[in-house]
Amino acid sequence: MVKVNGIEVDAVGKTVSEYIATTEYDPKRIAVERNGDIVFKSQYDVTVLEDGDSLEIVSFVGGG
Amino acid sequence: MKKEDKLIIGGHEFNSRFILGSGKYSMKLIEAAVKDAGAEIITLAVRRANTKEQENILDYIPEGVTLLPNTSGARNAEEAVRIARLARELGCGNFVKVEIMRDTKYLLPDNQETIKATEILAKEGFVVMPYMYPDLNAARDMVNAGAATIMPLASPIGSNKGLATKEFIQILIDEIDLPIIVDAGIGRPSQACEAMEMGAAAIMANTALATAGDLPMMASAFRQAIEAGRKAYLSGLGRVLTRGASASDPLTGFLRD
Repeated sequence: MVKVNGIEVDAVGKTVSEYIATTEYDPKRIAVERNGDIVFKSQYDVTVLEDGDSLEIVSFVGGG
Repeated sequence: MKKEDKLIIGGHEFNSRFILGSGKYSMKLIEAAVKDAGAEIITLAVRRANTKEQENILDYIPEGVTLLPNTSGARNAEEAVRIARLARELGCGNFVKVEIMRDTKYLLPDNQETIKATEILAKEGFVVMPYMYPDLNAARDMVNAGAATIMPLASPIGSNKGLATKEFIQILIDEIDLPIIVDAGIGRPSQACEAMEMGAAAIMANTALATAGDLPMMASAFRQAIEAGRKAYLSGLGRVLTRGASASDPLTGFLRD
């Protein structure tokens, strides 16, 4: 299993691109961190998710 | 007033001296707020993305406005650096407002951790705008760490209490050779104006607008107050007498004798 924003999902073996395509996320509006390191957009297609990975997917919200 | 009075942050020039927050109000009001504030910089926060929300705040921010992501939620330098890097990866420039808090009651910034984060991020090419408790020694360390501005708090975040730290902000204005942007606690246009009269380079406000009755109208009021304060500062304020009075009218030609 892969933990995405704290929730376990079944995404092992998928690339980051493939995983995002299964969600509602707009790839242009998010940034992705895998096990504490940023996954640059150019790496979405080649980064394969492994069992135990932890992803953080963030976007901008209102703030001061 | 000088013909060209630009606010320069990290080599970027701005005409507006009003930095707008975008928290605690509807995204639909952002465009009107930016327009009525005349703002050229708007702050944002970074949070876990929510797949259920189809709307993105970036769709509501007018083109040409510089985005200033903050590192809110960070409790130490390491977390702030992480958030700043993610913000940059979101692809909207390299400005960052470093905001680090350990204290959850008063939300006071941790100056020591902020200095550390400023140093790391400045080396990575960020335009770093540290939010800080107005302490001269810490501000000097932030300058040496590569800060682009210093953002001292006027009073606790979201309190609308005004210039509680006035004397200490004045020290920063007098001693620090970077734009001093008063951030947090400014609740009224008159307080923003006063800070600008003191020589602050700009004002950042969010809650004062978000909790106002008519947000765009308050944005406009702040804009005018900030412009008035800036003009007063540039013109040089008149002196204050320690005692007595000084007539404004001629002391000759009275209709007597």
